[in-house]
Amino acid sequence: MSISPTTSAPPNASTGPAERSLPRLPDRRRASERSGRDKRRRTGNIVVAVLLSAGAFIMLAPLAWTFSTSLKTHEAVFALPPQWIPDPAVWENYIRVWSAGPLWSGIKNSLIVACSVTVVGTVASSLAAFAFAKMRLPAKNVIFLALLTGMMIPFPTMMIPQFMMFASIGWVDTLWPLIVPGLFGNIVMIFFLKQYLDSVPDSIIEAAKLDGASFLQIFAKLIFPIIKPAMAAQFILWFMAVWNDYLAPILYLNSPENQTLQLVIASFNATYATQTDYPLIMAASFIALLPVLLVFVIFQRQIIESVALTGAKG
Amino acid sequence: MTTVNRRSTLHRREQRTALAFVALPVIGFAVFAVFPLLFSVYASFTEWNGISAPVFTGLANFQAMMVDPYFWQAMWNTLFMMIGIPVGLCLSLLLALALNRKMRGTTFFRTVYYVPVISSIAAIAIMWQWAFNGDFGLINQALALIGIDGPNWLANTATVKPAIIMMSVWKGLGYSMLLYLAALQSVPRHLYEAAALDGAGVLAQFRNVTLPMLRPVTFFLVVTSIIGGSQIFIEINIMTPTGGPEFGSASIVWYIWQKAFNYLQMGYATSMSLVLGLIVFAVTAIQFRLNRRNQFSID
Repeated sequence: MSISPTTSAPPNASTGPAERSLPRLPDRRRASERSGRDKRRRTGNIVVAVLLSAGAFIMLAPLAWTFSTSLKTHEAVFALPPQWIPDPAVWENYIRVWSAGPLWSGIKNSLIVACSVTVVGTVASSLAAFAFAKMRLPAKNVIFLALLTGMMIPFPTMMIPQFMMFASIGWVDTLWPLIVPGLFGNIVMIFFLKQYLDSVPDSIIEAAKLDGASFLQIFAKLIFPIIKPAMAAQFILWFMAVWNDYLAPILYLNSPENQTLQLVIASFNATYATQTDYPLIMAASFIALLPVLLVFVIFQRQIIESVALTGAKG
Repeated sequence: MTTVNRRSTLHRREQRTALAFVALPVIGFAVFAVFPLLFSVYASFTEWNGISAPVFTGLANFQAMMVDPYFWQAMWNTLFMMIGIPVGLCLSLLLALALNRKMRGTTFFRTVYYVPVISSIAAIAIMWQWAFNGDFGLINQALALIGIDGPNWLANTATVKPAIIMMSVWKGLGYSMLLYLAALQSVPRHLYEAAALDGAGVLAQFRNVTLPMLRPVTFFLVVTSIIGGSQIFIEINIMTPTGGPEFGSASIVWYIWQKAFNYLQMGYATSMSLVLGLIVFAVTAIQFRLNRRNQFSID
């Protein structure tokens, strides 16, 4: 399935073979007909753009409202009618927030978990994908299918035994239960990279084998350059997923200094809502959103391409 | 003969390396999926507080579940909140059709609609909790513009589930839109041209070409949204930490979590989690069957 992620199709995409075989109309009639169609298309575009803009406003309004609230004074939060542009803008909320709770350690913990999981897990996943796609291994399709089936087991079904497992080795309230399972790789990534490698001809690998290259060398010199773009996209997606995770951290982490960023802002929410300090809560939430928003804006193309491919293939 | 031997040692070496490469995911799968699953099956037949050893009680947990009104309420809540799935699918298909036009600004719109998808659900839930505030929330202020006096969304049994549905639709729209868009762009053009030659109008083309070609994506989205929807937890836990007014928004995973880690009824919680797992499995299996029939009817 070929997917062009950029929405603008090539300009002459409609001149397919079927159209060329149409009986040709006299040129003038054809042109006037086309200009009529163009006009209708342009009006349609305007209507669609207006509707899309209204939708975009709805999509962004809660985010804008969060940001606006984060800059307000206590009183302005409860002002009626509401102020969209806070006056005065209290930028100090963004300074106050760092001392109001363990935001720094939250970011640090989230970074530790997300980085270690995705870096090690990506290496593990890509080596496995290479083996599943290109190496001889008895029953490898059965193993691969078993891994895929395992994805269907919902996490809540396994969370209690997993929790007891980690509790019995004294890992509760540490970051280990969040890190260790991810080090073993990610089946979605394996699946995606394997699909990617399936289209690579076996012959280049056979040739490298005949030259006496080891499989690690083949991976480093041949496979890695090929799958690098796919790997990068999956890496970012996985990083964002770990960064945004909440259920596993809330199971394992109790002490505030061990919590990941998402837990820290959730407990901000619980604590400061009773004090109606909404500007502080919104500032913290906005800070938690920023890193992924930045990553997304930078890698927008790769992310969207990768999601589109994964979903369409699934 | 020597070549045969050489080949087989080469093969053996290749197999050993391949085994090493797949070892980590396979071990991870065994330790973090298969073993917990098997243990879940065992623990569901026991009374177990997570501290002392499990005591085998046979089907007692499942019998208790049958008469536990909270279990049924949580199941019902979870099911109810899935109303958002068809709503979201229709909206996202419309969006994808709009963004599939040749016009300027589509990249911008695609990005905007996708922002909620990548945003952390914890932050989003906090944000929406504030937006649903009865007196000062964004939603009620918007409603006030058209003269409606909005309720205190999250504190009201009638509105707490719709509020969570609204938020879920908002959050998930961009994802299904993107997959629909990708699918739309891969529909072969000649199908439309052939349909046009047969005199099919825009609507007929949509019904007879576009929709059937989108069926695999729709199927994928339905299956994954039901699986995801059956596990809704974070929104509930953050926006309604007590399970909502009169247990009105407690989802099944929220109830499992509550029973396991607040009431230390690990055995009971495990048996509920196993039921959830079985339901997810059954839904997926049924849908795969239905999909197979669909595929035949297309051909």
